[in-house]
Amino acid sequence: MERPVLTSKKLNAYFGSVHAVKNVNIEISANNILAIMGPSGCGKTTFLRCINRLHELTPGATSNGKILLHDKNIYDMHPVFARLKIGMVFQRPNPFPNLNIFDNVIAGYKLNGLKLNKVNKERIVEDSLTKAALWKEVKDSLHKKGTFLSGGQQQRLCIARAIAMEPEVLLLDEPTSALDPVSTASIEELLHELKKNLTIIVVTHNMQQAARISDRTAFFYMGALIEYDNTKNIFTSPKDTRTQNYITGRFS
Amino acid sequence: MDVRLKYRVVKSKLVQVLIIMLAFTITLPLLLIIIYIFKEGITEINWAFLTQIPKPVGEAGGGIANALAGSLIIVFTASVISVPIGIMGGIYFSENKNCWLSNWGQISVDVLQGVPSIVVGIVIYFWIVKPLGGFSAFSGSIALAIMMLPIIIRSTEETLKLIPSSLKEAGFALGIPYHRVILKIILPCGLSGILSGVLLSIARIAGETAPLLFTAFGNPYFSTDISKPMQSLPLLVFNYATSPYEDWHKLAWGAALILLFTVLLLNIITKLTTKKWNVQF
Ligand SMILES: Nc1ncnc2c1ncn2[C@@H]1O[C@H](COP(=O)(O)OP(=O)(O)O)[C@@H](O)[C@H]1O
Ligand SMILES: [Mg+2]
Repeated sequence: MERPVLTSKKLNAYFGSVHAVKNVNIEISANNILAIMGPSGCGKTTFLRCINRLHELTPGATSNGKILLHDKNIYDMHPVFARLKIGMVFQRPNPFPNLNIFDNVIAGYKLNGLKLNKVNKERIVEDSLTKAALWKEVKDSLHKKGTFLSGGQQQRLCIARAIAMEPEVLLLDEPTSALDPVSTASIEELLHELKKNLTIIVVTHNMQQAARISDRTAFFYMGALIEYDNTKNIFTSPKDTRTQNYITGRFS
Repeated sequence: MDVRLKYRVVKSKLVQVLIIMLAFTITLPLLLIIIYIFKEGITEINWAFLTQIPKPVGEAGGGIANALAGSLIIVFTASVISVPIGIMGGIYFSENKNCWLSNWGQISVDVLQGVPSIVVGIVIYFWIVKPLGGFSAFSGSIALAIMMLPIIIRSTEETLKLIPSSLKEAGFALGIPYHRVILKIILPCGLSGILSGVLLSIARIAGETAPLLFTAFGNPYFSTDISKPMQSLPLLVFNYATSPYEDWHKLAWGAALILLFTVLLLNIITKLTTKKWNVQF
């Protein structure tokens, strides 16, 4: 196996005394899609939020262990730097309501005070929206507020906003759970395109989705990583009985 | 129709009529006040009234230019002092919900809101007017600024609390540092609420008389020096309406009308800005 892009080593996360992520070890290689699945409350979101250091912003939340981006521990970096390298898309679309579509895409530059000239701005906006499969739909209404878009379009806008920063890793937390089937399909297709330049971790509640889009799948249960393998193996020959029970629908 | 059902329909109509009548009774005093002041004041208002200063007793005519300019200067200075402090305080309270400093600050804001304006005036008299050796418009502005603070703090805090935390997280996830998330995301999204709080606080203190009695004091002449006593609309109404001279009573009515309309206008502008600048989440 080639050198992994992201490695978590003995990662533990807590909310006060609640142990939400338990001793997770995982390696993710470049240009792969990792799907994380598991029942509600098993720590998927918490694990994801540890990776770009959002977890520590919750009052009372702590974590220990290591997360290596290439060979650098992100807990030794400034959190702002880690978040620039590791983008995130949330469960509910959250475009900035005070900005128009154009400014939403370059929000990471604009709000960080990074100056871009007009040509670069337009190039980044067009590139990112094209990659997010949204350019054709919005290219004539870039000055409109992002919140006027439909839910699926808003979510793709949020993806465009994240990839505009050219992160190395993109985290998506149930990105389609609030969307209709058509939008869901277009986002799944999009992830396939995006993995050419990115490493993607996507949390999903939906097993079919995990099977369709991911190269590797991790199964979480009660905060622990139970099984981690090629997606095909997980769905055809799971080793752990809990994984078996989950994918045969005996609990959700 | 069933008699009991009919009885219930009649009862419901009666209650409806009662509610409408009560609602009307509530607005009645306000309407009467506005009509009365309008009737007494409107005959006074003309160009000279707005551009001249009061004439000495016995001479007819004269205006309230000194009070208009004074009110403007005093209220503006008060806003310059209290708006930044109030907004920062509101941000602090909305961002820090459960620490002791926040709890203690919240209680102080509540208490400050309940302090009678005359008490604020006395305190400023002993803290600022006396040490500086004389009445000044500036001390009046400080007294008014103290009265504006709790309103601005509260409205800012309430506005910011309604902004979904998902927006803040969206900002953090893009690698935007905390202070920029507050300045560039949270504040712009809450702009309309903050603005309306500021305008309401101005409307609220524009007519305050008590805190100005022993601070700005009043001045029969035109003055723009904030280190000297200055006239203001409420002071002029107070002083001239209680004087024994008919001419001065007329000036007071005119000034009262202008004050009333300024406050009404501020309230209407507040409503409009809230609509225009509102950010939909
Ligand atoms: N803000 C929070 N405060 C306290 N406990 C939390 C918080 N968020 C999540 N938890 C707890 O942490 C555990 C994992 O939650 P989460 O990571 O959101 O699960 P998932 O995303 O897999 O549904 C759950 O038991 C949940 O109750
Ligand atoms: Mg979750």
